[in-house]
Amino acid sequence: MSDFVLTASALNAAQDKIFSTLIHAGVRTAMLIDCSGNILVYCGQSTQNMDTISLAALAAANFGATTQIAQLIGEDDFSLLFHKGKKENIHICRVGEELILVTIFGQKVSLGMVRRRVAELSESIKNIFDR
Amino acid sequence: MAFIDLIKKEVHCKIVYYGPGRSGKTTNLLTIYSAMDTAVRGKMLTIETKGDRTLFFDFLPLNLGKIRGFNIRIQLYTVPGQVMYAATRRLVLKGADGVVFVADPLVIRREKNIESFACLKRNLNFYNLQLEETPIILQYNKQDLLSSPTPTLTIAQMEEDLNQHLKLKSFAAVSTKGIGVFESLKEISKQTVRHVATRHLLTDHF
Repeated sequence: MSDFVLTASALNAAQDKIFSTLIHAGVRTAMLIDCSGNILVYCGQSTQNMDTISLAALAAANFGATTQIAQLIGEDDFSLLFHKGKKENIHICRVGEELILVTIFGQKVSLGMVRRRVAELSESIKNIFDR
Repeated sequence: MAFIDLIKKEVHCKIVYYGPGRSGKTTNLLTIYSAMDTAVRGKMLTIETKGDRTLFFDFLPLNLGKIRGFNIRIQLYTVPGQVMYAATRRLVLKGADGVVFVADPLVIRREKNIESFACLKRNLNFYNLQLEETPIILQYNKQDLLSSPTPTLTIAQMEEDLNQHLKLKSFAAVSTKGIGVFESLKEISKQTVRHVATRHLLTDHF
């Protein structure tokens, strides 16, 4: 497992893609994190009321834990997780081997739209970081 | 796996406190948390516990100042020590840049120390990391028990069990009183940052 170096060009390209694909579509917040829980890219509403460092660590851990569950039932992993709340929902999706995209959205945004856009976005992000 | 942010000029490293159950890994983090200024430390996160055991992990982010203009951010994690939590222990170790192995001096825990150290080696190998090449220090915790009637191991005995070949730096500690906790943190942070810096600071990224 090699170290991850985030360059300005990769960051800008990933940020632009996340903005145009998710934030412009009404998603409140989108975070690209690595599997160790580090935040690479943060887009969307202000972080004032949200502990993003803890959120990233827990999202990465959550993903790792469900991967273990997947293996117990004969799957390699679950490529996405969705948690529904009363006001906010969270969608967590693996991007390539090392990255995870966390999307937070309210009730006015449909899950189907988020799933479709995140699937498209995953491919673009993989290409950006594979360069 | 360290994360280096060239835009914000930050280096993020993950340090994991590893060791057998009840050796005092969470107490190390709690001591650090209560002694550090709020400007330096983030929020300590403890995931649902059964009694006083760590079920998944504890997490504490720290800001350790600057090296060559880069802010050094360290994330401390503990693993669950109990043998039955093998899967989560391996999971927390993923992406670790440095390890503090916390050993228990109770004679009845001698095998647990040895077993846990062997498990650390296996888990590092799982992530293609080698014990010899990863920044690791040993902490011999609960040294206040040596003067109690409870049968305990001497540091020499624990060195023979765990550190005979590797010759890692080791620290005597009483984590409940803060003794040896900051010495351990300082050393592992230094070794970890140096390890990451050697791989990157001297390359064309910097």
